[in-house]
Amino acid sequence: MDLHFGDAEPTAEERAAVDALLGPPVTAWEGGDRTEADLRSAARAEQARDRLLPALHAVNDRVGWISEGALAYICRRLTIPPAEAYGVASFYSLFSMEPRPARVLHVCTDLACLAKGVRDAGEGVASPCLGLCERAPAALALEAGLPPKATVYGGSPAADATPYTVERPEPPVADAVPQAGGQGLVLLRRVGVVDPASLDDYRANGGYQALRRAFELGPAGVIREVTEAGLVGRGGAAFPTGRKWDATARQPDQPHYLVCNADESEPGTFKDRVIMEGDPYALVEAMTIAAYATGCRKGYLYIRGEYPRATAALETAIRTARARGMLGADILGHGFAFDIELRKGAGAYICGEETAIFNSIEGYRGEPRTKPPFPVEKGLFGKPTVVNNVETLVNVLPILLTGGSDTKLFCVSGSVGRPGVYELPLGTPLRELLDLARPAGRLKAVLLGGAAGSFVTDLDVPLSFEGTRAAGATLGSGVVMVLDEEVDLPAFLVRIAAFFRDESCGQCVPCRVGTVRQEEALHRLGRRRSDEDLVLLREVGQTMRDASICGLGQTAWNAVESAIDRLGAFK
Amino acid sequence: MIPLQPPRRLIDVEVDGEAVRVPEGSTVLDACRTAGKDIPTLCYGDTLTPKNACRVCVVEVEGSRTLAPACSRKAEAGMVVGTDTARARHSRKVVLELLASSTDLSTTPMAKEWMADYGADPARFGEEAATVAQPPKVDNDLYVRDYGKCILCYKCVDACGEQWQNSFAISVAGRGFDATISTEFDVALTDSACVYCGNCVEVCPTGALSFKTEFDMRAEGTWDESEQTTTTTICSYCGVGCNLTLHVQDNKIVKVTSPHDNPVTHGNLCIKGRFGYGYV
Repeated sequence: MDLHFGDAEPTAEERAAVDALLGPPVTAWEGGDRTEADLRSAARAEQARDRLLPALHAVNDRVGWISEGALAYICRRLTIPPAEAYGVASFYSLFSMEPRPARVLHVCTDLACLAKGVRDAGEGVASPCLGLCERAPAALALEAGLPPKATVYGGSPAADATPYTVERPEPPVADAVPQAGGQGLVLLRRVGVVDPASLDDYRANGGYQALRRAFELGPAGVIREVTEAGLVGRGGAAFPTGRKWDATARQPDQPHYLVCNADESEPGTFKDRVIMEGDPYALVEAMTIAAYATGCRKGYLYIRGEYPRATAALETAIRTARARGMLGADILGHGFAFDIELRKGAGAYICGEETAIFNSIEGYRGEPRTKPPFPVEKGLFGKPTVVNNVETLVNVLPILLTGGSDTKLFCVSGSVGRPGVYELPLGTPLRELLDLARPAGRLKAVLLGGAAGSFVTDLDVPLSFEGTRAAGATLGSGVVMVLDEEVDLPAFLVRIAAFFRDESCGQCVPCRVGTVRQEEALHRLGRRRSDEDLVLLREVGQTMRDASICGLGQTAWNAVESAIDRLGAFK
Repeated sequence: MIPLQPPRRLIDVEVDGEAVRVPEGSTVLDACRTAGKDIPTLCYGDTLTPKNACRVCVVEVEGSRTLAPACSRKAEAGMVVGTDTARARHSRKVVLELLASSTDLSTTPMAKEWMADYGADPARFGEEAATVAQPPKVDNDLYVRDYGKCILCYKCVDACGEQWQNSFAISVAGRGFDATISTEFDVALTDSACVYCGNCVEVCPTGALSFKTEFDMRAEGTWDESEQTTTTTICSYCGVGCNLTLHVQDNKIVKVTSPHDNPVTHGNLCIKGRFGYGYV
C-alpha cells in the first residue's frame, strides 16, 4: 500500500514501547534503518490491523499519551493509514492524543458511586462505572511507565484530603462475595476458597473435570448438554447458548473463532470481574470447552481496560495453563488444539456490544455492525464466531458436571449494608435478595439491569428472565442497585443520560444526537417541570429504541422512561 | 450500458399492501422504489456500500422488533414492509429534527421538503441545543470542508478509503456527538494523504464538502443553479476515457462532476479531470 506517514518521528521511548510488542523493524519500509536490501523489496501490502489496539496500548501505557510520531511509527510498522489509526485511537477514552501527566486518576462518578454521594471527580477525571461498585465510591489510578502501574481505590471517603495519593493493597476478592465459602454456591464456590494463581489448587477443587467430561462427550454431546440444560446468555440478551453454539459449529466456513466478552461495562455490573479475579482458571477451562464444542482453534478474551487485577489473574492463568498443556497444540493429550489471546479494551462501553467487540479486536473503531449477518455466520475477521459473556461460559462447567446450576449472579450495590456479588437460583424474589444485602434507609426503588435497565418498586418480582420481563423490566447483566429516599432522582437520571451520551459511538443519528437531546431535556426538567419536555423525551426515546443500530441506543431511554412512569419523576 | 450479470431469481415482497417482485439480493429500498414509494435517504450512496448511519430511510418490517434501514436490509421472500406506518413516520420525523437541530442542512437537497412532509420541528429542542457548528476549514485552493454541515454519513471516508480512492486521507475520529471527519491529528489537507481527486465532494449529501468555486460563489451570493447548464464530455487528459459533466454558469466552468452510472468512473475522477479545467 502506498501510504503517507508524514514527517513526525517517534521518541526513543515510544519506539522502544512499540518494538517491545512487535519486535524490531526488519526493513526501512517499517521504520527501521535504511539499507541496500530495502531497494530490492517492496513495502508490505497487507495491514497487520489486528495489532493496532495492542500497539496503541503499548505506547499509551508506557508514555502516557500517543504523539504524532508514535502514531506514525505504529502505522509504518503495521501498514495502516495514519488517519484511520487516529480515528481508532481517538475512539477510546483511556488513550490521550495530547500530552498529559503519566499518572491519571479516574474517579468513578457513575450510578453506584453517585448513590454514595460522589458529586464530581475532584482532582481526577470523571469516569464511567469502574466495576468496583461494592466498594463505592471508587477510583482507579493508571500510571504510565515501565511497567505501567494501576492502583485501585475503593470505599474511601470523598471528603478525605489526600485520599488518592497513598498506595494501598486491594482487599481480597472474597470481600466482594458476601456468601463466599457458604453452601449452595455453584458459580462462586471457588472464589475466596482457591488461590487464583494456582492451577494445582484449581484442579484440587474440581477444576478441569468438566473438560475431561467434554472430551468424553464429543463436541456434539457438549452442545446437546448445554442446549438441554436451557442455558441462556448472561450478558443481558438471554439468547439460548446451545443454539448459538450449534449454529456456529455447523458453519462450513473456516476457521471458527471464540470471543469471550469480558468488557463488562454496564454501570453497576462487577460479577465477571469477581469471577476473573477469584477463579480465572474456570474461565480458561470454560473457553476451552466452548472452543472444543464449536470447532474453534483460537479464542480472544476481550477484557475491559479498567480491570487491572482481573487482567493480571488471567495473564497468569493463561500462561500457566499453556505451560501445563491445558492450552496449546495438544490439550490434555486429546489432540485438540486451542489457545487464548487476551485483549485489553481501552475505555469504551460500546465494545461490549457483540459486533463492536469484533471491530475492536480487528483494529477498527469499536462501532457495532449491522445485523444480519449475525456473528455465527460472519463474525470476527468475517468468519463464524461464537461470542459469549464470562458468566455464560462459566455456567457450562456445572452443566457438564452436574447437569446445571440454574443460578444467576446478581451485582448488588447502592444503599445496602452488604453490597457485592450474590449467587441465587433464578426466580428468587427480589425481596429475598434484598434481605441478604440488608438495605439501609427507606427504600425508594431498585434499578434492575443497570443504566440500560429499568426501575422497579415491586419487591415481589421474581428474579428470572421471564419474571422480570413480565414486570416490564429486565434482568440485563444482573444489576440490582438499591436507591433509598435520600437519592436525588433527577441527578441520577441525568447521570444515566450522560453515560449514554458519553458512550454512544456516534455512528447512527438517533443515538448520537438523541442521547444529547435526552440529557439536555433532563437538565431542563431538573430545573422546572415541563409537559413539552416530557413529550420530547418520549418521542426521542421511542426513536432511539426503534431506529438505532444497536442495543446501546435502543436501551438508552429505558431507565428514564421507567423513572417517569413508575417513580413519578418530574411530576 | 448495463453490465451483464448472471440471472437472478425473483422474490415476492409486499410493500404497503402492494405485491412487488425484485431480483434476489435487492434491498428493501430497491423493492420500495420498484413499488413506486419514495423514501428519503441521506447516507445512502448509489456508488457506495450503504453504511445505514443516518436512519432516515427506516421502514417497518413485519416481525422485526426494531425498524429496518431500507437502504441496506436485503429483501427476503414474503417480507411485509410498511414504508408509511405511524412508527416509521415518527422515527423519520424525529431523526430529521435531531439532524436539523444539530447540523446546518441549508444546502442539503430535499431537506426542506422532507421536514415539511414529516412535520419536523427542530426548534423544539430549544435555543441551547448543542450543535456541531464550527467555521469552515479552508486549507487548500480546490475544496472546502464545512463540518458544521456534516451529518457523519461516512460516505467521504468510504470514497477516500477502500471503496474507491484508497488514499485514506480522512477517517471518523472521536466518539459520539464529538465525532468528526478528520485527518490524522486534524492536520491540514495539504499535510495529509489527500490527492485532491474530489471524490469525497462528489458523494457528500449535504454540501459539507464543496468545491472552492462553489463555496466562494455561495459566499458572494452569485451561486445560482437555475442559471447553470451541464455538458457531459470526455476527459482529454489520458486514455481512460472518464466522463466529465461540466457545470457552467455565466460561460465559466464552476464545477466538474461525473455521472454515477458511468461504467468507467462510477462518478469518480482524478485531480486532473476534476480540477484541471483552467485551460478551457
